[in-house]
Amino acid sequence: MERLTGTGVSPGVGHGPAYLMGAAVPEPPAGSRHGGDVVAEVARAEAAMERVAADLSARGEAAGGEARDVLAAQAMIARDPVLSSEVADLINAGTAAERAVYEAFMRYHDMLAEIGGYLGERAADLADIRDRVIAELAGLRTGGLPKKGDTPYVLVARDLAPADTALLTKDVVAAFVTEQGGPTSHTAILARAMGVPAVVACAGATAIVNQTLVLVDGATGTVGLVPSEEEVAAAVEAARTRDSAMAAVTGPGATADGRPVALLANIGGPRDIETALEHGAEGVGLYRTEFLFLDRDTAPSEEEQEAAYREVISAFPGGPVVVRVLDAGADKPLGFLPPTEKEPNPALGARGIRIMRIFPDILAGQLRALARAAEGASAHVQVMAPMVATPEEAAWFVAACRAAGLRSSGVMVEVPAAALRAADLAPGVDFFSIGTNDLAQYAFGADREVSALAGFQDPWQPVLLDLVAMTASAGVPCGVCGEAGADPALACVLVGLGVGSLSMAAPALPWVRAALLRHTFDQCRAAAVAARAETTPDAARVAARAHLPALPDLGL
Amino acid sequence: MAERKVIVESAVGLHARPAATFVQTAAKAPIDITVGKPGRTPVSAKSILSILALDVRNGEVIVIQADGDGAEKVLDELVAIVSVP
Repeated sequence: MERLTGTGVSPGVGHGPAYLMGAAVPEPPAGSRHGGDVVAEVARAEAAMERVAADLSARGEAAGGEARDVLAAQAMIARDPVLSSEVADLINAGTAAERAVYEAFMRYHDMLAEIGGYLGERAADLADIRDRVIAELAGLRTGGLPKKGDTPYVLVARDLAPADTALLTKDVVAAFVTEQGGPTSHTAILARAMGVPAVVACAGATAIVNQTLVLVDGATGTVGLVPSEEEVAAAVEAARTRDSAMAAVTGPGATADGRPVALLANIGGPRDIETALEHGAEGVGLYRTEFLFLDRDTAPSEEEQEAAYREVISAFPGGPVVVRVLDAGADKPLGFLPPTEKEPNPALGARGIRIMRIFPDILAGQLRALARAAEGASAHVQVMAPMVATPEEAAWFVAACRAAGLRSSGVMVEVPAAALRAADLAPGVDFFSIGTNDLAQYAFGADREVSALAGFQDPWQPVLLDLVAMTASAGVPCGVCGEAGADPALACVLVGLGVGSLSMAAPALPWVRAALLRHTFDQCRAAAVAARAETTPDAARVAARAHLPALPDLGL
Repeated sequence: MAERKVIVESAVGLHARPAATFVQTAAKAPIDITVGKPGRTPVSAKSILSILALDVRNGEVIVIQADGDGAEKVLDELVAIVSVP
């Protein structure tokens, strides 16, 4: 079978007919004119806009929650009366409906893009709605994804947006393949949360012909086209062997010689508890509390926060629950935390602890709610602050935690300044937690959201391993809560560097547990030394694996 | 022609949820309603895109005008929406 290769970001094997989604909608040629029947052409345009609006609201209603508000606002744009009369004016002047829609949308698109910031992001929404309407007019696609069929399909796309994926479930989609994106893209995170195999950054993916049978291996990153029945059977069998090898390994994480490594889950709220427990999480290593705060006009009340925190804390009796306080900032703007000035580089702006120091009341309220939720619980509640760069910031945060009555407080290490001077930070805090995704972004000065720069996000970059080593040897317990820990080979390397707990999207936990249990701490340390001696991520990967002989037995 | 001049108290200005609620409320009234910044050409209060493009921030003054039956009532409703901090 013919093969394409990308980056495997969610392990497992999936196969089914390809469903190619949202291939780029071409710009309708300038100057294209309709046949002369103005009334019919206007009606055609209005009907297409209404169908897109109805489809967006229907999908929002079905998805509920945050997606409903997002999609309702997009439907409102598709039904905008001024936009619709501008389309009609253009058609009156002879322009074909597709081109008229394009030009009318672009006028607002450009206006919003020029204002930038929050409105600049709405400009991207506008381009998406515009393409949906043009596609509807040109009969390019029907707008939504196919409903559940007899067999799950493999969703192939250039990239996926939340609006596309709000309704997907495991029995509908067998695997994801995208041409763009990286290990931290929306597709990757969603796929891991769903437990569906996924390959991203797969060159040539959108050239796959609709309905072609596709075989996806989310561990190796291979996408096979038109596989034979034997090839599918062999791949499924290999995955089954892997799965049963994983299922046989249970209990708390540890190396072969008994050095404990806490295996924890990254969660966004109470709804992720079930998946975490299913995969044997010993606790929570990263509770992203910002989901409670997003898309609201005011901060949630302390009572509402306390209830959510209590639900998570009580689900892990005896285990650690590491809570990250609100990580807001210019790229995740919150209405009630207005930026103090325009930020041309949001990732370098007032985010994380920096914005907390501008709005200390929000932090104080959150810490009070956490302290009350932790009262009487058997879980070990630990609180950490994002984006800490200096000992002074760390001391400020720890003092705020102590004032609220929280016993264990630490900082996230995601800025090189914090990693390089971890020894200065260590005396003032109870623990470190390394966020590898942001640490890579800041070490390389490469925006993690830009897919053309995805190579810098490779967690095997030797410089990233150096920064982890410095942090882990600073004298306080150190965990990793970035996606790096979800790679079984890299998990062994991180342990070899001195990391004592690994937190990841829950479906990756069994793989990591199995890989650790088959190797001694000395082997992990040797793998770490070998990886750091290399100069490229690929060489580091190869060098480390040479010291981890049991990985192939596990099919990893 | 009824008119209100009001300071936008909503923290996010006339964007995001306040903008959506504003447009939904205006769209229900069967009369013409406009909104604008003082001294600038007003736009339809029923058009979410026109309102977003006005880029009204927290603390700015807007002028809302309506003409026809129920104008006073709908203006009161719209003022209330932008007056929520």
